[in-house]
Amino acid sequence: MEDKRKRNLILNGLLVGAFALFLFWAQVNLDGYKIQIMNLIAVNIILALSLNLIYGFAGMFSLGHAGFMAIGAYTCALLIMPPLQKQALFILEPAMWPFSVMHAPFLVAVILAGLMAALAGILIGLPVLRLGGDYLGIATLGFAEIIRVLANNLPRMTNGALGFKGIPDYANIWWNYGWCFITLVIVVRLVNSNYGNALKAIRDDEVAARAMGINTFRYRLTAFAIGSFFAGVGGALLGSLLTTIDPKMFLFLLTFNVLMIVVAGGLGSITGTIIAGVIITVLLEWLRIVENPITIGEFYIPGIPGMRMVVFSLALLFIILFRRQGIMGRKEITWDTVFALFRKRGVEK
Amino acid sequence: MSMAMFIQHLFNALTLGSLYALIAIGYTMVYGILRLINFAHGEIFMLGAYFVFWGVTLLHLPWFLAVIVAIAVTSLTGVLVDRVAYRPLRDAPRISALISSIGVSFFLQNLAIVVFSAIPREVQRPGWLVDIIVVGKVRILPLTLVVPVLSFLLMLGLLFIVYKTKPGLGMRAISKDIETSRLMGVPVNRIIALTFGIGSALAAASGIMWALRYPQLQPVMGVIPGFKAFIAAVFGGIGSIQGAVLGGLILGIMEIMIVAFLPTLAGYRDAFAFVLLIIILLVKPTGLLGEKLEDKV
Repeated sequence: MEDKRKRNLILNGLLVGAFALFLFWAQVNLDGYKIQIMNLIAVNIILALSLNLIYGFAGMFSLGHAGFMAIGAYTCALLIMPPLQKQALFILEPAMWPFSVMHAPFLVAVILAGLMAALAGILIGLPVLRLGGDYLGIATLGFAEIIRVLANNLPRMTNGALGFKGIPDYANIWWNYGWCFITLVIVVRLVNSNYGNALKAIRDDEVAARAMGINTFRYRLTAFAIGSFFAGVGGALLGSLLTTIDPKMFLFLLTFNVLMIVVAGGLGSITGTIIAGVIITVLLEWLRIVENPITIGEFYIPGIPGMRMVVFSLALLFIILFRRQGIMGRKEITWDTVFALFRKRGVEK
Repeated sequence: MSMAMFIQHLFNALTLGSLYALIAIGYTMVYGILRLINFAHGEIFMLGAYFVFWGVTLLHLPWFLAVIVAIAVTSLTGVLVDRVAYRPLRDAPRISALISSIGVSFFLQNLAIVVFSAIPREVQRPGWLVDIIVVGKVRILPLTLVVPVLSFLLMLGLLFIVYKTKPGLGMRAISKDIETSRLMGVPVNRIIALTFGIGSALAAASGIMWALRYPQLQPVMGVIPGFKAFIAAVFGGIGSIQGAVLGGLILGIMEIMIVAFLPTLAGYRDAFAFVLLIIILLVKPTGLLGEKLEDKV
C-alpha cells in the first residue's frame, strides 16, 4: 500500500513535469490561436471541476455558474486595471470609490475574485441549498440572472452594459495551468478525503446520510462555497484572458457550456471532466468553421450563424439520451487502471 | 398619477399578465404530470410567433388561417419534442430530463437563428388592433382589450378539457400517480403527448399575441418570457392550472405597476421575477394554490 502511494506520487510528479515541458514547448512553437485554445481548455477545466464538485460529487444541481464567474471576473478586472485606466474607461458615470482606486497584483486579484464568489455562494447557498433537485437549479439560475441584471444597472461599479475593455492580459498559459493544477489538486484531495465520502453519501441518499449523523447542510454549503470559489477564479482568468467583459457574456449559455463538459465527462469523474474539457473546448473552437464562410475552389459556402450551437446542443442531447453516464461515468483513470490495462494486454499476447 | 394613466397601465398589465398566464399553464401542466421543468417551453412560444408571420408574409395566408395553422404546427412540435427528447428518459433520474430540455431549448433557439436569422424582424400589425380608442381621457390600444378576452376564452376551453372530458380525467389521474394510472388502463404516453400538445398550443397563442403586442420577432424572444412564466407557475403553485393563471396575472400586474410607479427601477425589470422566485421558494415553495407535494426523494 505504502509502495503504491510512493509510486503514484513519483508518477504524478513525472506527469506534471512532462506537462510543464510540453507547456514550454507549446509556448515557443505554437501560434497565438492555438495558445488561446490551450488557455481556454485550462479555464474550462477549472470551471467544470468546480461544477462537478457541486453537482457531480455533492449532488446539488446548480445552474448559477455564470453568476459566480461574473462576480469573479468583475472583481478581478476592477483590481488589476490601474486607476488611471479605470478613469478613462468609465464613460457612462465615473467609478465609485473604492472601485476607482483599488489596485492589486494579479495573484491577489484572482484570490479575492474567488473569495468574493465564495462569499456570494455562501450568501445564496444559506437560503437556497435547503431546496432539492430542480428547484435548486432554477433558484441558482435566478441568482445568476439577478447578478447579470445588477451588472447592467450599476454603472458606477461595472460600467453598465458597456462592460470593461482592455483588461490587462496577465492570464497567460502559466497562470491558467497553475490555477488549473491547484483546482485539480484541491478537488481530488477533497473528494478522496473523509469529507468527500460524506459528500458522496449525501448525494446518494440524503436521509441515510443524516441518519448517520452527517450535518448535511454544512457539508453541502462548504462544497458549494468551494465550488463557487473556483468558479470565481475561472471567471477572473477568463476576463483577463479575453481582456473584455460585459454583462452579455454571462448569459445562461455560459453555464450551459460548463454543464455540458461535466455531463459529457461523467458526473462525479475528475478524469472524465478533464477529457471532456479538452474535447469540448476544441470542438467548440473547431465548430466556428461552420459559421464562417468557406471558399472551396470556385464554390463559395456562406457561413451559417447559429449552426455551431445547433451541433453543440444536438451533441448534448445525444449524450443525455444515449450515454447518460458520459464518457467516464463515475470511474476514474488512475495509475492502477493504466497498469491493469497493460497487464491485461500482456497476458493476451 | 392620473386615473386615466392608471387605467391604461391596468390594461397593459392585464395583457402582459394573461400572456404570462398562457405560457405558465404549459409549464404547470407538464410539471404536474412529469415533475419536469420544460426549459424548451419558451422556444415553443417563439416558434408559434414565427410560424404565423411566415404564414402571412411568405405563404400569403389570411390572418386567421395563419394563426390556426401556426398553432397546430407549434402544438405538433411540442409533441415531437416530448417524443424525441423526454419520453426516452421517463425512467431516468429527473435531472436527466431537465438537462435534455435545456439541450432542446438551445437547439430550437439556434435552429431558429439558422433558419430565421438572428436579425430582429418587425411585425406588421393589422390596423384595427392598434388604432387607439379614446374613451374620455383614457387612450386604449384595442389589442390590450382583445388579448385578455381571448386568453380568458382559451383558459375556459382548457378547464373544460381538463375537468369535463375523458382525456382530462386521464391527465388529472396521471398527475396524482403515474404508475397507478397506467395500471388502471390510462394510456399514459398518449395523455402526456396530449398535454404537451395543449401546453404548446397555448404557448403558441401567447407567442402570437406577444408578437402583436411587442411587434418584433427574435429567436431569443422566448427566453425571458419563458423564465418569467415559469416563475409565475411556481408562484401560483406548480401543478395547478388556476394557480398558473393567477400567478401569471399577478406577475404581469406587478411588473407593469412597479415600473409605472417607480420608473427608476425600470432597469431592474427582469430581476423582479427572479427575486420573487427566490422569496417564494424560501417562504412557501408550494405557491399560492399548490397542493402540498410530498417530498419525492
